[in-house]
Amino acid sequence: MASSDTLTRLRYRYLSGRLVGEILSKSWIDSAIPVAALLAVLVALAALIPGVFNAGYIADLSRQLAEFGLVALALTIVILSGGIDLSVGSTFALCVLGALVGMNVLDIGIAASLAVTLGVGIVCGLVNGVLIGYLRLRAFITTLVTLVIYRAIYDIVFPRLASVIVASTPDSPTWDYLGFGDFYGVPVSFIVFAAVALALHITLSRLRPGWRLRAVGGARKSAFNAGIDVKRTVCLAYVASGLLTAMAAFLFSARLGSTGADTGIGMEISVLTAVVLGGVSLGGGRGSVGNAIVGAILVLVLTNGLIRMSTPGSVNQLVLGAILILAVLFDAKWVKNRSKILSRVYVSPTYLALPERSKAAEAAFALNDRLGAAEPIGLGIVEGPEDVVLDADDNLYTGTRHGTIVRFLAPDYQRSEIFARIGGHPLGLAFAENGDLLTCVGGMGVYRVDREGVVSRVADETNRSWLSVIDDSRLRLPDDLDVAPDGRIFFSEATIRYEMADWVTDALEGRGNGRLICHDPRSGKTQTVLRGLVFPNGITMCRDGQSLLFAETWTCRISRYWFDGPNKGKREVFTANLPGYPDNINRGSNGTFWVALLGLRTPTFDLAMRKPAFRRRMARRIATDEWLFPNVNRGCVVHLSETGEILDVLWDQAGENHPSVTSTCEHKGYLYLGGVSNNRIGRVRLPDADPEWTARRDTWGRG
Amino acid sequence: MSTSAETDSGRQRIRAVLRSQEGIVLLLAAAAFVLFSVLLPSFLSPGNLLALVRSVSILGILALGMALVVIARGIDVSMIAVMVVSVSWAFVITRAGYPFELALLIGAGFALLAGIAIGALIAFGEVPPIFATLAAGSVIYGTGRTFFFTLEMQNVPPDTDWFRLIGQGSLFGIPVTIVAFAILCVVVQLVLSRTRFGWTIYAMGNNPNAARITGLPVRPMIVAQYAISALIAYGAGLILASSASAINARLFNSTMIYDILLVVVLGGIGLNGGHGSVRNVVLGTVFVGILLNGMTILNIDYTIQNLVKGVVLLLAIVIDSIVNPRDEQTSQQGDL
Repeated sequence: MASSDTLTRLRYRYLSGRLVGEILSKSWIDSAIPVAALLAVLVALAALIPGVFNAGYIADLSRQLAEFGLVALALTIVILSGGIDLSVGSTFALCVLGALVGMNVLDIGIAASLAVTLGVGIVCGLVNGVLIGYLRLRAFITTLVTLVIYRAIYDIVFPRLASVIVASTPDSPTWDYLGFGDFYGVPVSFIVFAAVALALHITLSRLRPGWRLRAVGGARKSAFNAGIDVKRTVCLAYVASGLLTAMAAFLFSARLGSTGADTGIGMEISVLTAVVLGGVSLGGGRGSVGNAIVGAILVLVLTNGLIRMSTPGSVNQLVLGAILILAVLFDAKWVKNRSKILSRVYVSPTYLALPERSKAAEAAFALNDRLGAAEPIGLGIVEGPEDVVLDADDNLYTGTRHGTIVRFLAPDYQRSEIFARIGGHPLGLAFAENGDLLTCVGGMGVYRVDREGVVSRVADETNRSWLSVIDDSRLRLPDDLDVAPDGRIFFSEATIRYEMADWVTDALEGRGNGRLICHDPRSGKTQTVLRGLVFPNGITMCRDGQSLLFAETWTCRISRYWFDGPNKGKREVFTANLPGYPDNINRGSNGTFWVALLGLRTPTFDLAMRKPAFRRRMARRIATDEWLFPNVNRGCVVHLSETGEILDVLWDQAGENHPSVTSTCEHKGYLYLGGVSNNRIGRVRLPDADPEWTARRDTWGRG
Repeated sequence: MSTSAETDSGRQRIRAVLRSQEGIVLLLAAAAFVLFSVLLPSFLSPGNLLALVRSVSILGILALGMALVVIARGIDVSMIAVMVVSVSWAFVITRAGYPFELALLIGAGFALLAGIAIGALIAFGEVPPIFATLAAGSVIYGTGRTFFFTLEMQNVPPDTDWFRLIGQGSLFGIPVTIVAFAILCVVVQLVLSRTRFGWTIYAMGNNPNAARITGLPVRPMIVAQYAISALIAYGAGLILASSASAINARLFNSTMIYDILLVVVLGGIGLNGGHGSVRNVVLGTVFVGILLNGMTILNIDYTIQNLVKGVVLLLAIVIDSIVNPRDEQTSQQGDL
C-alpha cells in the first residue's frame, strides 16, 4: 500500500502532464505545428533526393521565395483583416504586364515602370477594397469575380502586346541587377523580400495600423464599437495586398523578362495553401508574417520536390488541393477545439497526503458560538472583504470585490467612504511604517495607497524563472503581505497557474504552484524568495524581525521562514495538520497569532487528494460546476501561541454571520473578521485581551 | 371604394415587382430581347431561338443544382470538375471494354462519392463551403488527369446511338435537352415547395443555427445537397457530351462555373440563402442565354465576352448585396 502510494506520488510529481496544458496555452503553439511540418518535409526531401540542398538550389529557391512570399504576405494581410483575396493571381499577371509594358514597350525607365506596376496593383486592390470594405460584399465571391475580370483584361491586352514585349530588351543594369544580381551571394530580390517582410512584421505586430487590422479581423463588431474605422481598414488591407502583389510581379518581370498566357493562373490556390498551411487562420485576426513565410517555403519546397521527381502537372494540382483541404480542415477544427482541449488537460493533479487527525486534536476544535454574536460592520455595503486592517486613528479599512478600498470611520464604524479605487480586488492589506497602506491586488500586483488615497504601483512582476513554460514573471494572484522592519515587503503569490476567478481550482492540483516574493523598496527590485509552495496565503512577521510565518492553504500547514540573521534561509514547520485550510495570519496581543481558516477538511476531499488519477478523470469528464471542490463554506478562527500551540478556537455555530473567515485583525480588545465571499465585516469583543494593544504598536513600537 | 383599394394594391404589387431584382432582370431580359431582335435580323429566327434555348438548357440544369446549394447558404464551385471528370471517366471505361451502361453507372457513382465527400468535409469538417469546393475541384480534376485519363478530349464511345439522342434528338419537335431541363425544373420546384426536404433547405438558408437548434438534420442535409448537385452536374455533363459528341476536360479551366453563378445570382437567388426558387433559375437562364447568344451573333471576341460576363456578375452581386443585405445576426465571424 505504502509503496503504491510512493509510486503514485512519484508518477504525479514527475509525469503530471502539467506541461501539456501549459504548452497548449501558449500563443506560439499555433505556429509551432507548421514549423515542425516544414522541418519534417525538409528532412524527408533531403533523405529522398540526395544532394538536393546545394547552393544553386538554395539561391534559386530564395529567388522564387521572394516573389511567391510577397504574394503570400499580400494574402496574409487580407486574411488577417477577416477577408480573402482570390484575385492575387490575376492582379499579379496584370502587374507583370504593367512592368513589361513600362520597360519593354514604352521604355520609360525603371523608376517610372515601377510606378506603373505599383499603380496597377493599387488600382486592382482598390477595386476589391471599395467593393468589399465600403459596399460590404462577400470577399470570396467578389474576388472570385474580379479574378475573372482582371484575367479577361489580361487576355485582351496581352496578345496585342506579346510580340512587342518579346522583340525588345530593355537596357537597364538596375533592372538586370534586380533580376539576376546578388549582394555578397544573397540574391537581390531576396533582400528586397526580407526588408519588406521585416517592415510588415513590425507594422503588424508593433504598430497601430497592424493592431487595428488584426482587431477588425478578430472581432469586427467589437472593433467597430471600439471606434475603429472598419470599412477603411478593410479597404486598405486590399490596397496593401495589391501593392505587395505588384512588388512580386516587378521582381518576377525582372527575373524572366517576359510573360506568358498562363502567368498567375492557379496562383491563388498555391498561395492560399501556403498561407493556411503556415498557420494563418481563415477566420481572421490570427497569423503573422512568420506564418506566411513558413507556409510559402513549405509549398515551394513541395512543388519543387514534385517537379524534381518529374511528376506531371496534374499531380501537382492534386497534391496542392489535397494539402489545402487538410490545412483548412485542421485550421477549422483547431480554432474550434483548442480551448476545449486546453480546459480538459490544463488541470493536472498531484498526490497530496494529509495525515489523519487524532481525537485529542479534534477536541481542541470543539464547537462554540463565539462568533455568532459578532457585531456586523458595513452589512450590505462591502462585498468580499478579504482582509481588514485598522490605522492609528482606529479607522477600519477593507478591500472589496468592486475594486475599491473602503474606510469605515471610528468610533462606531457606521459611516463609510471609498478611500481609494484600485481596479482589481484588493486582498491582503498591511500598513507600512510611514502609514501608507500596502495591498495585494488580485490579477494586478502590489499597490501602495498613501494617506490621501493616491494609488501607486509597488510591483507587478518578478524575475522570470528560466525553465517555466508559462510566463511566471507577471503576478497573477498576490494574496497577502507583510512588511519587514527594514521596509522590505514580503508577499505571497498563491498560484502561478490560475487567475483570481479560478483560485479554488488550484486546490484540485495540490501542487506547489505558489511562491513567496520579496520587494525591496531601496533597490526597487522584486525577487522570488521561495518557490513550490502549495497555495501560500497568509503572511506575518515574527517578533524577532528575522523570520516570518506563512500559511500553505491546501497542505493545512503553517511554516516559519528566516529571511535574515544567523538562520537565514532556514524553513521549519510551525504548525501542521490543521483541521481546515488556513488563510491569513495576523499577530495578536501577548505574543500570540490569529489564524483564519477559510474552510474545513473533509475525509472525502482528503481521500481525493491521495487519488490524483481520480481528480484528473473528474476534470476531463465532467463539467466544472460538478467537480468535487474543497469545503470552503465553513471556517473558524484559531488563536495560536508563539510556539504554535492552539490556545483557543472561535466558531460561528449557526453559520449566519461568518461561515468562512479569511482574515482577522485584533485591535484594542476587539477582533475584526473578514471573508472573501462575505457581505460584511464582523467584530467580537475579546474579554481577555489587552484593551490597549494594536498591531501597529506591536510592529513599529509606536502609534 | 373597394375597387380603388384593389387597384392600389395591384399597383403596389407591380411597383414591388419592378423594385425587386427579379423585376429588374425581367425588364433587362425583355429589353435585351427586343434590342437584339431589332438590331440582329438572325436573332429572331425560330432556328436561332431553339438553339439559344438548347444551348442554355445545360447551363440551366447546372444552375438548378447550384441553386439548391445556394438556397441552403452554401456554394459549389466544384461542379465543373465533377462533371468533366466523371463523364470522361465513364467514356474511358467504356473504351477499355466495359459495357457502356455499367460505365455510366460507375461515372454516376464517382460523382455521387465526390459530392458526398465534399458534403462531409463541409458538414462534419466545418470547412467553409467555398474553400472545400474550390480545393475539392482542384483535387478531383488532378485525380482525373492523373489516374483516369490523359487526353483532354474524350469522344463519346462508338455504337451508342441511343446516347446521342439525349443531346441531339427531339421529343414532339422539342429537343430532348430542353425537355430534360423542363422536367428537372418541375421536379426541383416540387421538391422545394412541397417536401420536407425542400422546406429544410430554406430553413437552413435562413438561419443555419436556428435550423440546427430546432433539431433539423443539418449535417446529413448538407451532405445530401452536395451529392445532389454533383449528380446534377454529372447529368448535365452527359447531355453536353451527347450534344457535342465529346467532352472537353479543359472546361474545368474555363469560366463556365462563373456562368452558373451568373445565372443563379442574376436570377435573384441571394447568396445569403433562404430565398429564391426555380422561377429565378429560369429567369436567370433566359437572361444569360439572350446575353451570350447576342454576343456570339455580334461576333464579340471570347475574351471580351468574359469581361462583359464578369462585369455583369459583379454588378449583379452589388445589387444583390444592396437588395438582400447581409444579416448581421446570423452571419458569422469568418463567413466569407
